[in-house]
Amino acid sequence: MVDFGGWELPQQYTSIRDEHLAVRKAAGLFDISHMGRLVVEGAGAESYLQGLLTNDLASLAPGHAIYTLMCKEDGGAIDDLVVYREAADRFLVVVNAANREKDTAWMRRHIPAGVSMNDHTEDMSLIAFQGPRAHALLPRGSSTTDDIAYFAFRPGKIAGVAALISRTGYTGEDGFELFIESGRVGEVWDAILSRGKAEGVLPAGLGARDATRLEAALRLYGNDMDETVNPYEAGLGWTVKLGKGDFIGRDALAKVKESGPRRNLIGLQTAPGDIPRHGAAVSNAGRRAGVVTSGTHSFFLGHPIALALMEGPSLRVGEKVTVEVRGREARAEVVKLPFYRGSARSAVAPAKS
Amino acid sequence: MAERRYTKTHEWVIVDGKTVTVGITDFAQSQLGDVVFLELPSPGRKLAVRESFGVVESVKAASDLYSPVAGRVTAVNEKLTAKPELINSDPYGDGWIMKVELTGDLPADLLGEAEYKKVAEAGAS
Repeated sequence: MVDFGGWELPQQYTSIRDEHLAVRKAAGLFDISHMGRLVVEGAGAESYLQGLLTNDLASLAPGHAIYTLMCKEDGGAIDDLVVYREAADRFLVVVNAANREKDTAWMRRHIPAGVSMNDHTEDMSLIAFQGPRAHALLPRGSSTTDDIAYFAFRPGKIAGVAALISRTGYTGEDGFELFIESGRVGEVWDAILSRGKAEGVLPAGLGARDATRLEAALRLYGNDMDETVNPYEAGLGWTVKLGKGDFIGRDALAKVKESGPRRNLIGLQTAPGDIPRHGAAVSNAGRRAGVVTSGTHSFFLGHPIALALMEGPSLRVGEKVTVEVRGREARAEVVKLPFYRGSARSAVAPAKS
Repeated sequence: MAERRYTKTHEWVIVDGKTVTVGITDFAQSQLGDVVFLELPSPGRKLAVRESFGVVESVKAASDLYSPVAGRVTAVNEKLTAKPELINSDPYGDGWIMKVELTGDLPADLLGEAEYKKVAEAGAS
């Protein structure tokens, strides 16, 4: 068990390798109840959130979700989050566990009269069932999910228990994130595992979650970005809608867009055994040029992969750099992101980096 | 079969005359998690007691390996190159790491099974 933003989470249930491969080949079941869940509602909720977030909620219809950043005045990222529009004036906001208190404080500071924000992290649990077969392996007593589009959600039932069924995830695979009353989430967890057991479904821990999200090049706040990194540097410029009207950080971000980001997040691949770790120096032509933000061994691809934040203009795919591994310079090649494109219906979601 | 002895740094040894087989303990592999790579010494290399002789990379971290004895490396387990996961699945058998020919006496501070168990329990998380 590891401490993760005050929550005790398993690094692995059995083996990171087995859990990782289960997610890619069948499906894995993650407990992600540590993620913060805030409900923002009231007349004016939309314009309130529009003023805080970089992405545009105006065209977000009820039953749909959107990935966005929340930035400071200087454009630095406070957090990355997913906003679910439940109704015209009601939004469910899912934030990173480690940022929940910081985000809540920031959001309260700007909240107008008539809009309320309530924390449902404790009474509502969140589990993620992710993999190419997740859809096919839902247990009996589950609602039809065929017609839920990627990044859409709907209330329904899973194993006979009321759930908000969302076709979203953090693995690059098709699948669901399920919001369920905390008193009943255990039943659903057990039902999914018992239905999927013979088909290769495994409970999956933080280790598999980190590996799958990294293969899909999904950013991890605290590793790949923080308050000193702006969305363009993190390769998330597609979440910034400068034309939607004013929001916190807009002026600073408009300048970054105009001049081009000072740094760029890129993908690296190294030889088996040379695992670039978070914080390792990256050099280009012998000169220090950046730092690894996330790195791991990809059991699925068979070699290590890493994200690195590099000074200067983005390097081209195929360029060679070196990265510090165990005190020496290991060869690394710039590769295209994502490292792996899974079964998630990425055509619907903006996966461009 | 001679009995296994241990170090506080979670290596094990089995002594057979002048030849010592070295690996890492079951506790060590469980703490490391899935092993993905090992950097092993070349045969012929001379090692002092507690000298770092290699690295084990797991998904979580890179950890140094320390020689429990003084001697000369006579063999390394080549199987680990292709299948580093043997360290996890069979740490006391097919997951052995190297064989060393002793150049002096065995260090006096190697631990027996019961003593090592206490060390492991104290370090468990």
